[in-house]
Amino acid sequence: MIWQLDLMILTLVVICALVVINLKDLLGASVVFGIYSFLMCLLWAEMGAVDVAFTEATVGAGVSTIFFIAAILKTTRWSKD
Amino acid sequence: MKNLALLATLVTGALLLYGTKDFPAWGDPDAPASTYLSPTYIEEAVSQTHVPNIVTAVLGDYRGYDTMFETVVIYCAGMAVACVLWRKREE
Amino acid sequence: MSREINEHTAGEDLLIKTSVRLMVPFIQLFGLYVIVHGHYSPGGGFQGGVILGAAFILLAIAFDLKISQKYMPVTVNALFCNLGACIFIGVGVLCALVGGLFLDYSALDRLLPLGEIEWHSFGIFLVELGVGFTVMSSMILLYWNLSSGGAMDEGL
Repeated sequence: MIWQLDLMILTLVVICALVVINLKDLLGASVVFGIYSFLMCLLWAEMGAVDVAFTEATVGAGVSTIFFIAAILKTTRWSKD
Repeated sequence: MKNLALLATLVTGALLLYGTKDFPAWGDPDAPASTYLSPTYIEEAVSQTHVPNIVTAVLGDYRGYDTMFETVVIYCAGMAVACVLWRKREE
Repeated sequence: MSREINEHTAGEDLLIKTSVRLMVPFIQLFGLYVIVHGHYSPGGGFQGGVILGAAFILLAIAFDLKISQKYMPVTVNALFCNLGACIFIGVGVLCALVGGLFLDYSALDRLLPLGEIEWHSFGIFLVELGVGFTVMSSMILLYWNLSSGGAMDEGL
């Protein structure tokens, strides 16, 4: 475990989480959520939990982003609040 | 109201960060979480199941109930979405 | 197989469609590898099932929902979804029926004597196969319903 890499990934994770909450464009938010999932995947792979990282890469960054985009394109793109 | 929520979040976050001070180090073999069952799995999983990947052995064999209900959860999610959304084609 | 896709899509997005047509068999092969090789490398039923489902979702995004339903018909998909759960629970019930505990694979040795430890390994493989089937078809079913609003006729 390299603490410099750890610190960088954790900072990016926090930034991505804040951006996801604050973004009004839901399509952009789902893309940033995919980036968040991929950063979590990197973090787990770096900590040695390769199976969890694999699950996060396939489900979080891959399929759930597609589901979000499909739902957004069928409903509305801009958040109301 | 928004400031209050921010304050509550910051205080909770600070408390949680303060709590991490007492955590055992990462990968510590003497940590309470890794002294109870983990050594048994690591020592005996390969000889008991002939599966070199211990994660698969634990998920598929020792913790088969968990994996079964995880599968059932995924199945129920698919079936629920299909039941709610699926409709007949309007000709 | 490829001629029909070509006729359907002559004209637009040639680059995406050609690359997807080339990629899908390899994605499916990788998904099967992840399921079957879960004993020796990272992976297993869940991850491999998601990858197999993602191959069909990619087909549905790049072409049309109809094309993906041509290669994975709705009835076959529902069959896989139920079959996977039935394989998992069936293996557990079979273990209990031949005299062991529920999901205790070594009891299956009385059915077919391969050795109790080998049955543990093979039972994990059967269970992972069931998980892979269920997850694959659940993902495809979720995508079909979400992207078409439940009409199941055309995609995004």
